Amino acid sequence: MKLRRWLADRWVMGVALLVLGYLSLPILVVAGLSFNRPSSRLSYDFNEFTLDNWAQPCATSDMCDAVVRSMEIGLIATVVSTILGTLMAFALVRHGFRGRSGINGLIFLPMATPELVMGTSLLALFVAAGVPQGFWTIVIAHVMFCVSFVVVTVKARLAGMDRRLEEAAMDLYASEWQTFRRITLPLVLPGIVAAALLAFSLSFDDFIITNFNAGTTVTFPMYVWGAAQRGIPPQVNVIGTAMFAIALLLVGASSLRGRRARRAALAAPVAAVGAPKSAS
Amino acid sequence: MSALAHVPASAGQPAPPGPPRGRNRLLPYLLLLPGAAWLLVFFVLPLLQLAAASLYDPSGSLATGYAMTGEVGNYWDALSAYWPQFARSFVYSAIALVLALLMGYPLAYAIAQKAGRWKNLLLVAVVAPMFTSFLVRTLAWKTILSDNGALVGLLRDVHLLGADGRLLATPFAVVLGLTYNFLPFLVLPLYASLERLDPRLLEAASDLYASPLRAFRRVTLPLSMPGLIAGTLLFFIPATGDYINAELLGTPNEYMIGNVIDSAFLVRLDYPQGAALSFLLMAAILAIVFVYLRKAGTEEVL
Repeated sequence: MKLRRWLADRWVMGVALLVLGYLSLPILVVAGLSFNRPSSRLSYDFNEFTLDNWAQPCATSDMCDAVVRSMEIGLIATVVSTILGTLMAFALVRHGFRGRSGINGLIFLPMATPELVMGTSLLALFVAAGVPQGFWTIVIAHVMFCVSFVVVTVKARLAGMDRRLEEAAMDLYASEWQTFRRITLPLVLPGIVAAALLAFSLSFDDFIITNFNAGTTVTFPMYVWGAAQRGIPPQVNVIGTAMFAIALLLVGASSLRGRRARRAALAAPVAAVGAPKSAS
Repeated sequence: MSALAHVPASAGQPAPPGPPRGRNRLLPYLLLLPGAAWLLVFFVLPLLQLAAASLYDPSGSLATGYAMTGEVGNYWDALSAYWPQFARSFVYSAIALVLALLMGYPLAYAIAQKAGRWKNLLLVAVVAPMFTSFLVRTLAWKTILSDNGALVGLLRDVHLLGADGRLLATPFAVVLGLTYNFLPFLVLPLYASLERLDPRLLEAASDLYASPLRAFRRVTLPLSMPGLIAGTLLFFIPATGDYINAELLGTPNEYMIGNVIDSAFLVRLDYPQGAALSFLLMAAILAIVFVYLRKAGTEEVL
């Protein structure tokens, strides 16, 4: 029996590691291709090793223009959607109001609608309203699909917060504003930062919705899409690898910080109340 | 839990010294206003406009403008012209979903129950693909499945593929790409459900002479239902509407409905048809989700 369970344990883990291999394989290939000199513009095969792509990532200048444009769009969309979404999350968690289920539906629906439908419907609206498509219509579209993800992320953080900390601040004669500045905001901040990072990555990587609302503006995914037909410059893989490395560093740093913060956050209320809260 | 958190501070607790109640009552609406307005104008209104566009007179054009004639026939015309792509979208995403379940369930289970202190690392590995560009990753499959690549060479050597057999530009490549691209969306909610599974329940089942298979069917599977439902939906909805995999890894013979809609709006500029197809896609997905949720819901009760 023991042997069989031991085998069963390892069997599941073995399958899991194989699946993780399947998930990681393309990233390894992208990293490898970033050091590859392709034999022709339309070839996707490994040919010979080179450092040229990393030495001159902007050899095809329109690609770097597209990366910069994607970053600009991502930053604006992130700031706007994080503000809008955080305000909504506060209203949903902290306040009672009429029409809650309607608002919840309005936030949930964009996450359940195929991107294709959101993209084409925005296109139909912009065309009907005579709005020329370009940089700002992309920003509008990105804010629209990012808001819901921000709300969900910040809401989770807010709902898990111990309100007694704020009550304690008020008991100690902190004004409502002081309480918000000194207690609420620092506690919610990790949630807001996580939401902003999520929004940026969603915006930076979006293709389908952008494709319908970009006009002649070219973002990085749009550039890759167009280049896939004409021939991909190997520098695309440099950008892909760099993105991956930066994101990995961010996650690593935040998990280290998070571990410390979690320990502190767990210790404080337990010490104050004397017993852990029952899971609700 | 959150339902308790937003009960107004009145019952039992001393009301915090605060601004007058009038402002308090308005505050939630002020907080909601900008975001809700954005979603109404740029999500709901466009859907209504899309519905209207799907009923335009198809003889119009972008240059001359479209007349609103309530042309229900657009739906019929679009469907009779493109039903193969429409059906293909659902067949491909259904096959990809089955593959993703076969891979994703053991993965989620292993991370949730067997990984110990490696749990967080393995979770990062699941989402790691999403750290880099969707399109660049999908193009990497072109290299992996290439006719000159190691994989095709190996499969030809063991005669699983004919001498000129290919992987790229086949339905196999498209389904593989769909499975790969949306697998993390299936794994994460499944993991969240399985993580809460108490391993003592499985021990109890085995103490009561349940075979591992029976314990899985009667204990693990029912308890992971919420994650399974959420995960399959998060996988199925974007996979059905996807056309990047079909475009990059397939040929026009593998085109899904998204490719047709893309070309209707951006190449052929046939807005009524594109709008009708978009709406059909949404309606079909909503219908499947609805039926699925009802069925899955009742099974959970049984």
